[in-house]
Amino acid sequence: MPDHRVLLDVRGLKMHFPIKASFFSKAKNFIYAVDGIDFQVRKGETLGLVGESGCGKSTTARAIAQLYKPTAGEVLLNGKDLTKLPPREMIEARKNMQMVFQDPYASLNPRMTAGDIIAEPIRIFQKRGLIDMSTEERNDRVEQLMEKVGLSRFFKNRYPHEFSGGQRQRIGIARALALNPELILCDEPVSALDVSIQSQILNLFKDLQDEFGLTYLFIAHDLSVIKYISNRVAVMYLGKIVEIADAAELYKNPLHPYTQALLSAAPIPDPKIEAKRKRIILTGDVPSPDKQRPGCNFYDRCSKHMDICKQARPMLKEAGPGHEVSCFLYHKPE
Amino acid sequence: MTDEVILEVKDLKTYFMVDEGLVKAVDGVDFQLHRGETLGIVGESGSGKSVTNLSIINLIPVPPGKIAGGQVLFHGKDLLKMPPHEIRDIRGNKISMIFQDPMTSLNPFLRISTQMVETIELHQGLDKKAAKEKAIEMLRLAGIPAPEKRIDQYPHQFSGGMRQRVMIAMALSCNPEILIADEPTSALDVTIQAQILELMQELTRKLGTAVIMITHSLGVVAGMCDTICVMYAGRIVERGRTEEIFESPKHPYTVGLIHSVPRLDQEIKGRLYSIPGQPPNVIDLPDCCPFFPRCEKAMDICKKKYPPSVSFENGQSASCWLYAKEAQNA
Repeated sequence: MPDHRVLLDVRGLKMHFPIKASFFSKAKNFIYAVDGIDFQVRKGETLGLVGESGCGKSTTARAIAQLYKPTAGEVLLNGKDLTKLPPREMIEARKNMQMVFQDPYASLNPRMTAGDIIAEPIRIFQKRGLIDMSTEERNDRVEQLMEKVGLSRFFKNRYPHEFSGGQRQRIGIARALALNPELILCDEPVSALDVSIQSQILNLFKDLQDEFGLTYLFIAHDLSVIKYISNRVAVMYLGKIVEIADAAELYKNPLHPYTQALLSAAPIPDPKIEAKRKRIILTGDVPSPDKQRPGCNFYDRCSKHMDICKQARPMLKEAGPGHEVSCFLYHKPE
Repeated sequence: MTDEVILEVKDLKTYFMVDEGLVKAVDGVDFQLHRGETLGIVGESGSGKSVTNLSIINLIPVPPGKIAGGQVLFHGKDLLKMPPHEIRDIRGNKISMIFQDPMTSLNPFLRISTQMVETIELHQGLDKKAAKEKAIEMLRLAGIPAPEKRIDQYPHQFSGGMRQRVMIAMALSCNPEILIADEPTSALDVTIQAQILELMQELTRKLGTAVIMITHSLGVVAGMCDTICVMYAGRIVERGRTEEIFESPKHPYTVGLIHSVPRLDQEIKGRLYSIPGQPPNVIDLPDCCPFFPRCEKAMDICKKKYPPSVSFENGQSASCWLYAKEAQNA
């Protein structure tokens, strides 16, 4: 169960990508992929990050992992700002923060055996003298990790192509666990899997969390998956968090018009409920994040927009206990 | 939906010869499609959903593929035995398709107008001008703003959702009797998916088109389909009316599938149900129930023989020994 210590604190994180006409020209425009987001993840909890493609979910995860150098903002892991750490200390911080990726086909090296893939993080840290472990201990650790994620240790010498999608995702999870991290950034880890395998992997994530006290930042576009796995949920739209609340509260009482539309659009596998449901159908597509808007990012697609929404940007503010929303319906502009 | 059967698939078998052996991608599939009906085919990857539908319109690449047996009767005529020029008249005209990825199913080098007008000219016998007008009208129906301008653009100038609208407009432009939609919304975001599903429902109802909807998403079938066929390892294991399948699923695979999806409208206490094991490899499958290694209710007979299809009073049917045995005892 989550305690109250903040493990990850993201403050004003911005990630802007320049659009250049050629390599030498100066950037005239930017893609505002992540445009000023704040959130905290407490030790032992799962924060679900949900949104449509292009809203900046994956960029957020990658900027936290320092795979991209954030344009602005702070990423505090255990109180240390990762964006300002010298390289040597950054490597040590990485030990505490691992990623699981969406595509289990692309995220495993096809020329390495499953055992090598899982052992690689340990080997990298051994090389730098940051972990003291004999080869035998390392092999034991790999076998132990494989059993933990539900793979037979006899598969150690097999190559990724010999595994199914679900099994490959298990290898990816074992690799993320190899260094005993506190935080795992999961970037759509179940989206590429079939229904029956998806539920196996979701249960595995939960079991591992219970056993090792792991903290997850769990990204998905499927709202029902997020509901099952998360303690708290943040909804992103066009580079910003529009609403953040406890999972139960958010699904029972969604406040932001975008969250409401998203929840009503997600299909429920029950024909009786489906027949009775009223959908909020959003018009148009998600706009391109290539310009900063003076008003609310959701203005064009919102059914409840007011004049103020076009002129001022709403801020993320508390609308109830632990329930923050950025919408002028709930708080007046200053 | 009426009682008139417009498409009947009988004992369809499609095999692929690969280096490792014989892949029985589809192994004896039967179903009927009535006028105006929306039929959902649900299954996981590799269960043979897409191959079934490519076989219907005779688009299986030969070799390595081969339609090893069966009939596909469209108004009583077997599409599988039709000479190529005759089936070309049906494909895209009477039976049309929408695929999963709208980017790869549109030609990136041709304007939308070229691609749409070609089809309409060919099948409807209209001249170029009339065909273009018809195309613009269809795009408007599909909810594309300013279609007279957009029609002269290239596919990359459309977003994913818009491209799928173009595909729907194109597929429905010849007033087909059957629309085969192969995972039409799997590549789209939820809010766009809701738009596209609503559009498909509205247009097919208006035009009286029957739809075969292939999908892995139980949520999509629950909202769209009148009847459902559940496929596993190349065969239909359960079929019936949508409400009945969801209310009282009979086959253990269907039961597991329905329970392993986390739901928006329910709190899950404790663990999510999950079917153990992996979907089978369809290469050289033995002649037994392919689900038995994953089945909680597996019996001895399941390892020996493929179960017969058992019908229930409400028209539902399932291929499972659990029910066949009861039938024998009674």
